[in-house]
Amino acid sequence: MSSSNSGNVGIVIVSHSSKVAEGAADMVRQMVGDAVPLAWTGGDIDGGLGTNVAGILEAIEAAWSPAGVAILVDLGGAETNSEMAVEMLPEDRRTRVVVCNAPVVEGAVIAATESSGGSPLVAVKRSAEEFYA
Amino acid sequence: MPDANASRAAESAVPLTASAVLVNAVGLHARPSVKLTQCAKRFAASIELALAPDGPWTDAKSPVKVMRVKAPQGATLHFRVTGADGEAALAALLALVNDGFGEA
Repeated sequence: MSSSNSGNVGIVIVSHSSKVAEGAADMVRQMVGDAVPLAWTGGDIDGGLGTNVAGILEAIEAAWSPAGVAILVDLGGAETNSEMAVEMLPEDRRTRVVVCNAPVVEGAVIAATESSGGSPLVAVKRSAEEFYA
Repeated sequence: MPDANASRAAESAVPLTASAVLVNAVGLHARPSVKLTQCAKRFAASIELALAPDGPWTDAKSPVKVMRVKAPQGATLHFRVTGADGEAALAALLALVNDGFGEA
């Protein structure tokens, strides 16, 4: 889990595998740079494959930005647990966190690229979702 | 008022165009595409690129669209730029391409 402070939209990577999540975060850092708050989480609470709400909440906190946070997820549980985590956020933050309908690795790089240019949350989400357009 | 007139003039202006050859080994793949869109986003001007002087044109500020161009090494990248800071944008983009995106 890593982070960097800035006013740009934060990116959170949620995968069933901590290795996938960490690797995707490495790609974002190498390709896009440090101008974007970034955090990742992967695995269930016992360290196996899966996702957990507490880990996602921590990642959202680590990548928090006043401009909001875009979450990239891989499969099923990653999405439902992310949605659950968003619902557990304080009300003033809930509306500034979105789960993107995009592939986790490619979406994270593209979302971070968009964010690094200072784009608002809605543009970051739209850009990541262009992969399925 | 002067501002409104200035922006109208910029919008109706003839686009600036220029081209550069991709010299970096991988062409316009993922990392160079990210650098190019990051560079383009620093400018207000509308910026498009194409592999031929008559298009089809691709929005240079969209990383997904730029990657889909899949321009290989040796390809000529054409830029079409419209807007008040278009000249500066074009100079920055050409410098980036000519520099091989810093990776040669």
